[in-house]
Amino acid sequence: MFRFLLTKLGGLVPTFVGVTLLTFAMIRLIPGDPIEVMAGERGINPERHARLMHEFGFDRPILEQYVFYIGDVFRGDLGKSLVTKKPVIDEFLLLFPATVELSIVAMVFAILVGLPVGVLAGVRRGRPADHTVMALSLAGYSMPIFWWGLLLIILFSVTLGWTPVSGRLDFIYFVQPVTGFMAIDTLLSDQEGSFLDALHHLVLPSIVLGTIPLAVIARMTRSAMLEVLSEDYVRTARAKGLSPFRVIGVHALRNALIPVVTVIGLQVGTLLAGAILTESIFSWPGIGKWLIDSIGRRDYPSVQGGILLVAIVIMLVNLAVDLMYGLINPRIRHAR
Amino acid sequence: MKRQFLGAAVLATAVLGFAFAADAKTLVFCSEGSPEGFNPQFFQAGTTFDASSRAIFNRLVEFERGGTSIQPGLAESWEVADDGLSYTFHLRKGVKFHGNATFTPTRDFNADDVVFSFERQWKTDHPYHAVTATTYQYFGDMGMPDLLKAVEKVDDMTVRFVLNAPEAPFLSNMGMDFASIMSAEQADALMKAGTPEQIDQTPVGTGPFMLVDYQKDAVIRYKANADYWEGKPAIDDLVFAITTDASVRYAKLKAGECHIMPYPNPADIKAMKADPTLTVMEQEGLNVGYLAFNTEKKPFDNKLVRQALNYAINKDAILKGVFQGAGQAAKNPIPPTIWSYNDDVKDYGYDPVKALQLLKEAGLQGGFETDIWAMPVQRPYNPNAQRMAELIQADWAAIGVKAKIVSFEWGEYLDRSKKGEHQTMLLGWTGDNGDPDNFLHVLLGCDAAKSGGNRARWCDKAFDDLVVAAKRTADVAARTDLYKKAQVVFKDEAPWVTVAHSVVFMPMRKEVTGYKMDPFGIHQFYGVDIQ
Repeated sequence: MFRFLLTKLGGLVPTFVGVTLLTFAMIRLIPGDPIEVMAGERGINPERHARLMHEFGFDRPILEQYVFYIGDVFRGDLGKSLVTKKPVIDEFLLLFPATVELSIVAMVFAILVGLPVGVLAGVRRGRPADHTVMALSLAGYSMPIFWWGLLLIILFSVTLGWTPVSGRLDFIYFVQPVTGFMAIDTLLSDQEGSFLDALHHLVLPSIVLGTIPLAVIARMTRSAMLEVLSEDYVRTARAKGLSPFRVIGVHALRNALIPVVTVIGLQVGTLLAGAILTESIFSWPGIGKWLIDSIGRRDYPSVQGGILLVAIVIMLVNLAVDLMYGLINPRIRHAR
Repeated sequence: MKRQFLGAAVLATAVLGFAFAADAKTLVFCSEGSPEGFNPQFFQAGTTFDASSRAIFNRLVEFERGGTSIQPGLAESWEVADDGLSYTFHLRKGVKFHGNATFTPTRDFNADDVVFSFERQWKTDHPYHAVTATTYQYFGDMGMPDLLKAVEKVDDMTVRFVLNAPEAPFLSNMGMDFASIMSAEQADALMKAGTPEQIDQTPVGTGPFMLVDYQKDAVIRYKANADYWEGKPAIDDLVFAITTDASVRYAKLKAGECHIMPYPNPADIKAMKADPTLTVMEQEGLNVGYLAFNTEKKPFDNKLVRQALNYAINKDAILKGVFQGAGQAAKNPIPPTIWSYNDDVKDYGYDPVKALQLLKEAGLQGGFETDIWAMPVQRPYNPNAQRMAELIQADWAAIGVKAKIVSFEWGEYLDRSKKGEHQTMLLGWTGDNGDPDNFLHVLLGCDAAKSGGNRARWCDKAFDDLVVAAKRTADVAARTDLYKKAQVVFKDEAPWVTVAHSVVFMPMRKEVTGYKMDPFGIHQFYGVDIQ
């Protein structure tokens, strides 16, 4: 187990270097000089231009900039935002809980709906229930998040008035961030009604963010179920006279879950990518929205640092998924 | 640690009675983005100024609400020396600074605050100069370091600014956001406590609203300043709900989650105007979109050619096709909201026949080949430069002028055009201080032709003499006269095609009263009420 963990962690190093190199190079490959862009129509005199280039370190050779950058990264210093002048890591940590909260709720929604629906489609293969689930999941999978979000806002928030349009909490509540998770902070704040209001604000964004993972999970569960249901041990279980619920729920589902868990793990990447759009629509103050803003403002340190931190999160989640297989199926425990 | 500190401070403030009372009048503004910070000295974005300088701070002079003319602010009156080299400001008595959990002012506003606010940006050895950052962008861009010779405290309530050269727009500069006045007393206290950087996190000003809390990228809360020197604001609480998407802002406005929103989608304006619960205000922006002829290159050194190409362009089609109604045809290089705008100037109408005739006079009846540079980005004065270039290309083709459309990445575009590589190009300008000089001299003067800011590279002695003379005199009536004459020269010489000024829309709920649109595109809420 220990050795397994070590090899896995070792595998992360090249990925890490790759990610830093990519983000570093990509943002610098965009032609045009950032100081000139910042100055806009007004322009900037050459002397001031040179001074700013030096201050930001853009006047050094690109390789040297990278080496300095990596050195700082290993010291835990991701630099300061060019815009807000605050450390990138502080800004990330401030906003990350909002993204995690939204992603968790979206994932829970996707699993709670996706799994049973997938099982249903698998068990009722070829029947109307199956066709409906497959058609809906295809639609969900292909849904442009931005359009889907606006559609739900217009229907549920503007026309029906059931849900708030955007944000994390009604401004009549004044809740100080303690954990950064609004659902927890509102509970800690003992302001009556604020917890429910926080949940209320979570509904639409998590449905929007959870739609693609939901579709993927449903389809994966269905195909895994189909495979497992034709296995001998399922026939045996049925022959033993076990109730259909026990056969499907315990014997079949447990084995069908392995590929499903893999897919769920892979969806974390999808979730974080989807969060960029979802957060922009719902004015959700998380890292997705922050990254978009930083790209627009050419805030190099924030973009580099932000992408790097997101990549680290995805790598760690994938590692956790690898470890989880063992919990589901003892045969894959890591003696290798 | 810093965050916890701020959090605790804000929590304490809330407990001390700043909590949002249920019956308080709260105005919610669905702002379009997050402020970069709360010290306006470092920034240039309107979004940041809305949240910082215009809500929290005051300046020595202020722009009239809804206009560009200067009126007293923290200075009750001022005198300009005859040689135009020194400005003496007499400060307003009894102005109180805000307090917060970590700072309680013990004295009223005085000359020390003014000296501190400018010296921090100006003097590189000032103890606060390098706190947070040293990029005092706007201060530098407006040429303040070269312009200032001294900022002197004459007595507690008098400050004198000595300049290196007479510069009439200096007074307008004093109304700009970077010239906001901060508390020297707070600065001293923080320096003693060893936390000078807090000055930019916990802003203390004299303005109509006090910052209560900022939750990054989500919401900014303000409380009305009950001691405000112009009188307490009509609303009690001001909330900025940061909402970056225009469609979502509109949805929030409809759902009653906010009262006012900036920057609607042009496509939504019609529906907004038809909605009985909403009012849509509109005004020309403080900008101009133009096409500049490179007058150093043939055949654009010939006035007749420039006039011909002016006559050939159908501006109405551009206003419809590019601005979708959110624009107004421009005839002068300054927008109509700026004082000294010359409404007597007559624009070149759309007249291809006249254009052909002028080309013939210039000896170019067969037409010629040229280029049109179109910038790759959306700007307030030009929402779609590519499309605009295509329309102009078609108009010119009709009189035999074949133009190739050229574009570069934005930084590259600005840089190359500054060097004069173009033949004709699209660009524009958004005003900084509402002074005509900020357009006429900065964009069209001979100095700018040398430095590249004048994209037409046009140096006309008659025009330049007028705008330089206007810069040297502080008398507004005399300046107005000079600028009006300069606009006539400009139109006849036609170094640009003045294309359009954008029209800015502000949708708000019917219950909002007293809102005034600001020509600078700034959003301020003093004087606004909810019925």
